[in-house]
Amino acid sequence: MQTTDLSIVADAAHAVNPWVALAYLAAGVLFILALRGLSSPATSQRGNRFGMAGMLIAVVTTLITHEIASLPEIVGAIVVGGGVGWIIARRIAMTAMPQLVAAFHSLVGLAAVLVAVAAFLNPGAFGILGMDGNILMVSRIEMALGAAIGAITFSGSVIAFAKLNGNMSGAPIMLPGRHVINLGTLVAIIAATALYAISNDAGAGEGWLFWALLAAAFVIGFLLIIPIGGADMPVVISMLNSYSGWAAAAMGFTLHNTAMIVTGALVGSSGAILSYIMCRAMNRSFLSVIAGGFGADAAIAGEAREQRPYKAGSAEDAAYMLEQAEKVIIVPGYGMAVAQAQHALREMGDKLKAKGVEVKYAIHPVAGRMPGHMNVLLAEAQVPYDEVFELEDINSEFAQADVAFVIGANDVVNPAAKTDKTSPIYGMPVFDVGNAKQVFFIKRSMGGVGYAGVDNDVFYMDQTMMLLADAKKMVEDIVKSL
Amino acid sequence: MDFISILSIFILACFVGYYVVWSVTPALHTPLMAVTNAISSVIVVGALIAAAAEGSPSAKWLGLVAVALASVNIFGGFAVTARMLAMYKKKDKPVLSRADGPAVPEKQA
Repeated sequence: MQTTDLSIVADAAHAVNPWVALAYLAAGVLFILALRGLSSPATSQRGNRFGMAGMLIAVVTTLITHEIASLPEIVGAIVVGGGVGWIIARRIAMTAMPQLVAAFHSLVGLAAVLVAVAAFLNPGAFGILGMDGNILMVSRIEMALGAAIGAITFSGSVIAFAKLNGNMSGAPIMLPGRHVINLGTLVAIIAATALYAISNDAGAGEGWLFWALLAAAFVIGFLLIIPIGGADMPVVISMLNSYSGWAAAAMGFTLHNTAMIVTGALVGSSGAILSYIMCRAMNRSFLSVIAGGFGADAAIAGEAREQRPYKAGSAEDAAYMLEQAEKVIIVPGYGMAVAQAQHALREMGDKLKAKGVEVKYAIHPVAGRMPGHMNVLLAEAQVPYDEVFELEDINSEFAQADVAFVIGANDVVNPAAKTDKTSPIYGMPVFDVGNAKQVFFIKRSMGGVGYAGVDNDVFYMDQTMMLLADAKKMVEDIVKSL
Repeated sequence: MDFISILSIFILACFVGYYVVWSVTPALHTPLMAVTNAISSVIVVGALIAAAAEGSPSAKWLGLVAVALASVNIFGGFAVTARMLAMYKKKDKPVLSRADGPAVPEKQA
């Protein structure tokens, strides 16, 4: 009778009450609406509330439909975790958003691993035991996938966090023979998953394989991210975002839970699309980013450049010419965020607008350390979002602009991306700031170059005035002179 | 539910995700990441099942840790998204109307 009992257990766990299935479906639909709301800033806050409602439904449904043997502990875990998350969310600086997102990804990854291990240790509770008392083969594959992707997400995100947070150098770390090591580890994970899936051994035999694939997945997450340089971090965060989704989806398959599957698919596609957008904006293939090493070779090439004459100006010169302008396009880059110049910049924009100058902001998709990072920083500085434009929407307007005001950006305005086939950034879409009547370029000194380490012809154009100073100080000085 | 039904839901949801995410305005890509992070913490459902179940104390404790981790993400993710979204403001009409008057310094937030 042993086998029949177990199959009843399995059936009972999966043959859920239709209302419960509907509740999870509703949660999934609310998550879709949460993302849909982000199509415009006007609807986005409502969308976020849909997301919260969906999560509440999912949690409450789970709690009321399962026999809870340990409610106080669960409530304690939610209160402690929720409290920590809440405090972090209130306190975090907007410039630190990439690190925060990386840290959050690592938590999702670790949670997925823990759930998979818990399912492995107590399969009966998850309703994944088959007739023979073993975990069902399909569940074993799903569990192994969930655990492996979760582990890669975890260790990869920890490295991404350390690089973004400055705990670790942003420079690529290249192990000798890393492609062979990575490929070998990947093959080992797949082999262990396959062997685990077809194993007939209920006890220690198959268990060994599960732990082995988990360990290998932790290692490969680490190995995959260490050779990737700082400039490629937007792609890495997007990719890890995607992985965290696939991990949730795999666990959703194990639990036959619609909310988890729908969410996993949404998050997985979202991260994949963002990775694609980032790669396209740098004209790099996803594979070349993952292979890593970008920024290492280029830095060497950058050292050998010649000295060429350029024009330097003062804050007073810049302020005078900005006042005379009819149209100013500001091109901010990550340097603006590092210098914390966004508030001063907005003040400058306000003063110019008060004098009748048209001010617009132009954002490159890879400006900043994560997709959309620059938009958030400008929004924080209270720049209205309808003055902020994307690359394709504003690039043609430089021809009508009196001043292109480049602050903390470099590679995204480098014409070499269009003209120099040998340049590491060749093919990357860039702003045509050279079409503007004048270009003001704020830069700390003539020494450093962008992440890609390439010289920029814009520095030496006739209409360019270099404003060599700390970005924040320079903008503040311009504001004083206006 | 059998595997094929689940797979169907998954594949269709991938298509929904594809079209919904392409319609997200690039200006909101950072909030998009924060909110996808928050919703992917729906993994808490699995964590709750593990934490609630009797039978394996180690599975229960792993479940509880997973509940705590996912809760950091749920509360943190939605809160930080809400904080970011609240900062996106449209052009302030009064600022524009001041264009021909004397330059009034903007209030610092």
